[in-house]
Amino acid sequence: MKARLNARNAAAVLVVIGLLLLPLYTSLSGNIFALTLFTRIVIFALAAASLNLIMGYGGMMSFGHAAYLGIGGYSVGILAAEGIGSGFIQWPVAVLASALFALVIGALSLRTRGVYFIMITLAFAQMAYYVASGLSRYGGDDGLTIYKRSDFGGLINLSNRVQFYYLCLGCLLGGLYLIWRIVNSRFGMVVQGLRSNEARMQAIGFPATRYRLVCFVISGTLCGLSGALLANNTDFVSPAVMYWTRSGDLMVMVILGGMGSLFGPVIGAIVLLLLEEFLSQVTEYWAMIMGPLLLLIVLFGRGGIDGLLGRLRRA
Amino acid sequence: MLLVVEQFLNGLQFGLLLFLLAAGLTLVFGIMDFVNLAHGSLYMMGAYFAASFVAWTGNFIIGVMLALGATLLLGIVLELVALRHLYGRDHLDHVLATFGLILFFNDAVRLIWGPAGLSLPLPTWLTVPIVILPGIYYPAYRLAIIAVALAVALMLYIVVMRTRVGMLIRAGASNREMIGALGINIKLLYTLVFGLGAALAGLAGLMQAPILTVQIGMGENILILAFVIIVIGGIGSIRGAFLAAILVGMIDTLGRAFLPDLLRQVLSSAAASTAAPALSSMLIYLLMAIVLIARPEGLFPANRS
Repeated sequence: MKARLNARNAAAVLVVIGLLLLPLYTSLSGNIFALTLFTRIVIFALAAASLNLIMGYGGMMSFGHAAYLGIGGYSVGILAAEGIGSGFIQWPVAVLASALFALVIGALSLRTRGVYFIMITLAFAQMAYYVASGLSRYGGDDGLTIYKRSDFGGLINLSNRVQFYYLCLGCLLGGLYLIWRIVNSRFGMVVQGLRSNEARMQAIGFPATRYRLVCFVISGTLCGLSGALLANNTDFVSPAVMYWTRSGDLMVMVILGGMGSLFGPVIGAIVLLLLEEFLSQVTEYWAMIMGPLLLLIVLFGRGGIDGLLGRLRRA
Repeated sequence: MLLVVEQFLNGLQFGLLLFLLAAGLTLVFGIMDFVNLAHGSLYMMGAYFAASFVAWTGNFIIGVMLALGATLLLGIVLELVALRHLYGRDHLDHVLATFGLILFFNDAVRLIWGPAGLSLPLPTWLTVPIVILPGIYYPAYRLAIIAVALAVALMLYIVVMRTRVGMLIRAGASNREMIGALGINIKLLYTLVFGLGAALAGLAGLMQAPILTVQIGMGENILILAFVIIVIGGIGSIRGAFLAAILVGMIDTLGRAFLPDLLRQVLSSAAASTAAPALSSMLIYLLMAIVLIARPEGLFPANRS
C-alpha cells in the first residue's frame, strides 16, 4: 500500500498531529477542560475503532459493543474495591475478561446472520447490563465509585491529566496500528472476503465462523481496554455504560465517521462528542438538533465523513 | 392462590400490551423491511398526548381518542417526511436514523412537557375492583386493558387476513415490485401501515400510562422488549408476535413476583431481593438467545416464499 496525498489521508494526519499536540495547547492556554474532553473522546475513539473492525471490515453488526466497556470498567472497579489497586493486575484482567466474554457470545451469536445478529448481540449486552445491576455488593444500579486509579508503580501516574491523556492516546494509536496490520494481513483479507461473499470463501476452503470469531474476540478485547480506560477516567463505573443506547452511540460514531475506514471512527467520535459538547453549550435541548442532524446524515451523506472526504478528492 | 391468579392476570395484561407494541413493529419490519427504533418514541408520545388531552378535555374517553388520532397523524407525518426515503436502504441506516429520532423526541418532550413525569388519572368507573372469582378482586382498569387489547388483536387479524387491504399488505410483503406493477399504490399502502403501527404503539403507551408514570425514556426499555418479542415470534408474523408477547409478559411478571421467594430458599434474603429483579429481566434475553440459537427464524416464522 502506497500512501497517497489526498483529503482522506491529510485529514488523518492532521487529526493525529492535533491530538498529539493538544496537551501543549492546554498547558499554554490553561484550558484544562479541553484536555478532559479529549481524554474522553480518545477513549471512545478506541471503542469505536474496535467496533469498526467487526462492523466495517467483518460485516458483523454488533449492537452490544458497550458490554465490553462495562466489563473492562467493572474489572478495574471490582478489583479496586477488593483492594487490588495494581494496574498490572487490573488491566490484564479487564482485557482477558472481555476476550472471554467475546469468545462465548461470539461463538453463540455467529450462528445467526443479519438483523438476527444485531438482536442477539443486543440481548447479550442487556444480560450483562442486568447482571451488573444485580451486583448489590458493587453498587448495583447506582454504580461503583473507584477511589484510586490503577496503580502502575513509578511507571506512569494515571492521576496526572497529561500522563493519562497520553496513555489513552497511546492505546488509541496502538489499537489503530493493530487494526491496520490485521486488516492488511492474510487473516484480514479472509475476514473481508467473508463479508463480500461468504459462499465463495467457504468454497475455497476457509472456515467462515472460526475466522469471524477470532476477529470478534480481537474487537471485544480492544473495547474492553477502552472500558478500563473509561473507568479510570470517570473514577466510576455503573450499569449505564452497558445500556443499549450506549452501544447505539458507538454505532453512530462508526457510521458517522465512515464504516470500513481506519480513521473514520476516530473522526466520528471527535465530531459526535464535540458536537454534543458544543450544542449542549448553546442549548439545553441539544439532542433536538443532534437527532435530525443524524437523520440528515443518513439521508444525504452516504459513507459518513470519510465518504465525503473521498469525494472531495475527485471533485 | 389469590396471588397466583392475580399475577397470572397481570402477566396476561402486560403481555397483551406488549403485543400491541410488537404488532406495529413486526408489521413495519416484516412488510417494509424497516427497523424502527423510534417505535418506542411513538409509544411515549401516545402516553404524553393522552395525559395532555385528558387534562384538556376533562373526559377520559374523548382524551384517549384524540391522543390515538394524534399518534396516528404523527406516524404518518414521520413516514412522509423522513422514513419513506429510507426503505430499501441498509438496516444500519435505519438504526442510525431512527436513533436520531429517539434523541429528538426525548428532548422535544422535555421542552414541551418539562423534565418531570406526568400522571394520567383514571375516571372513577375504572378504578373499582371487580369480582372475577368468588373472593378474588381484580382492578377494572387492568381488565379493560385485557379486553381492549384482545379486541384489537382480533380486529388486526381480521383486517390482515380477511379484507382486501390486508390482502394487499400481505402481497406487498412478499413482492413489492409485482404489486406496484399491478397498479396498487404501494407508497400509500406503506404510509397507512406505518400509521397503523404508530397508532398501535400509541394505544399501548396511553393504556400503560395510568399504571406507570408518563416519563421521558419510557419507550426505550419497552422497545427492546418488543424487539425481543418479534425476534422470538418470527419477524413479520402477527400470530408469532401475539404468542411471544404473552410468553414474555408472563415470564417477566411471574419472574418478578415469584423469583424473590424462590431465590430466598438458596440465598440470603438481602441478596435474593437484589438478584431477583436482575435475574427476571435477564430471563427474557436468555429466552431470546436460546430461541435464536436453536431456531434462528423464530418460533412461528411468517409464511414467506
